Amino acid sequence: CRVSSDGKPEKFQPPPKPVIIDKQKQREERRFLSPEFIPPRGRTDPFKYYIERKDMIQRRRVFNIPEFYVGHVLAVTTADPYASEKSSRFVGICIQRGGKGLGATFVLRNVIEDQGVEICYELYNPRIQAIEVLKLEKRLDDNLMYLRDALPEYSTFDVNMKPVSRLDDEEVPVNKLQVRMKPKPWSKRWERPKYNIKGIKFELPESKMKEAQKWSQPWLEFDMMREYDTSKLEDKIWREVSEGLKN
Amino acid sequence: RSVSHPHLPFILSLLALSFSPASVTGACRAIQKLTRVRVVDNSALGNTPYHRPPKCIHVYNKTGVGKVGDKILLAIKGEKKKALIVGHKMPGPTMTPRFDSNNVVLIEDNGNPTGTRIKTPIPYILRQRGEFSKVLAIARNFV
Repeated sequence: CRVSSDGKPEKFQPPPKPVIIDKQKQREERRFLSPEFIPPRGRTDPFKYYIERKDMIQRRRVFNIPEFYVGHVLAVTTADPYASEKSSRFVGICIQRGGKGLGATFVLRNVIEDQGVEICYELYNPRIQAIEVLKLEKRLDDNLMYLRDALPEYSTFDVNMKPVSRLDDEEVPVNKLQVRMKPKPWSKRWERPKYNIKGIKFELPESKMKEAQKWSQPWLEFDMMREYDTSKLEDKIWREVSEGLKN
Repeated sequence: RSVSHPHLPFILSLLALSFSPASVTGACRAIQKLTRVRVVDNSALGNTPYHRPPKCIHVYNKTGVGKVGDKILLAIKGEKKKALIVGHKMPGPTMTPRFDSNNVVLIEDNGNPTGTRIKTPIPYILRQRGEFSKVLAIARNFV
């Protein structure tokens, strides 16, 4: 047996325990609840939202709506009676997700033959036959409407793009791209703090940026009447939704 | 004469005088009298530069507002010409495309298109009315 430098027998040190990282548990912890499930603030009876959620879960059981955020590149195939082969496919970047409940919509934008096209799709419309996520990428903002005033290269996506392969890992990567804009005038004054846009590379002079700050409302983030805590609601709805989808 | 900025299109790209409007309103109603439009086919009338952009002077509709599929009267190069609206900036019903510029295809009185090719994408909704089959036949891309 081992002998230490003193000459006495050393106490047995057991080897360190191996740390088992259970990847399945990590995946379950990371849960995504689509934003249209969360009911808006108001005085409507929650029963209305409960019935809507039941219908949404029913639709999701038949048709898979993948998890996607603003900034993802999606390909949507819809049934169209006036199209050849009765179905049409559109590829674009999601610039906005709006609406709650069954009327939830998302807007896809693409530039085809130098012409910018945007289509507002309804998530739960039965005409939609397939939604594929081609590129997973979150952006710095929730609303990419400023892409209308940005150079067209930032909104062009190849129609025959292959889906970018991705492991079913943890986080969705955030693309910290700063977009360059066309010369002013823009459709909205994106430099103003009300839009809180971080994804634009403003090449405006300092004086203009300072003037835009005049419209800032720094008291808004401390306004207690505007607080809407959705954590408990989200937990409850998540449990409902995951149970409904398991069957 | 390639269109780079749909905001102030043909105006800035013309060789002669350049007019920059003092203010450009966003899309209010789709296409009505005096809206500047963009001709998307390859007809000579629509593509030769002129110091004034083509403007709508009448909409053949009960309301004076033209949407996709409506016929309008254009004033191009000092002449009157009928045209068909194939896309506008105003958002329409969901699942229909919204374009970044007001697109128009020149047409004769009997409905035949003046040009021979349309490169810009055309919405599928136009197939609903049978009178535009000749225009759709020369279109290349659909949305």
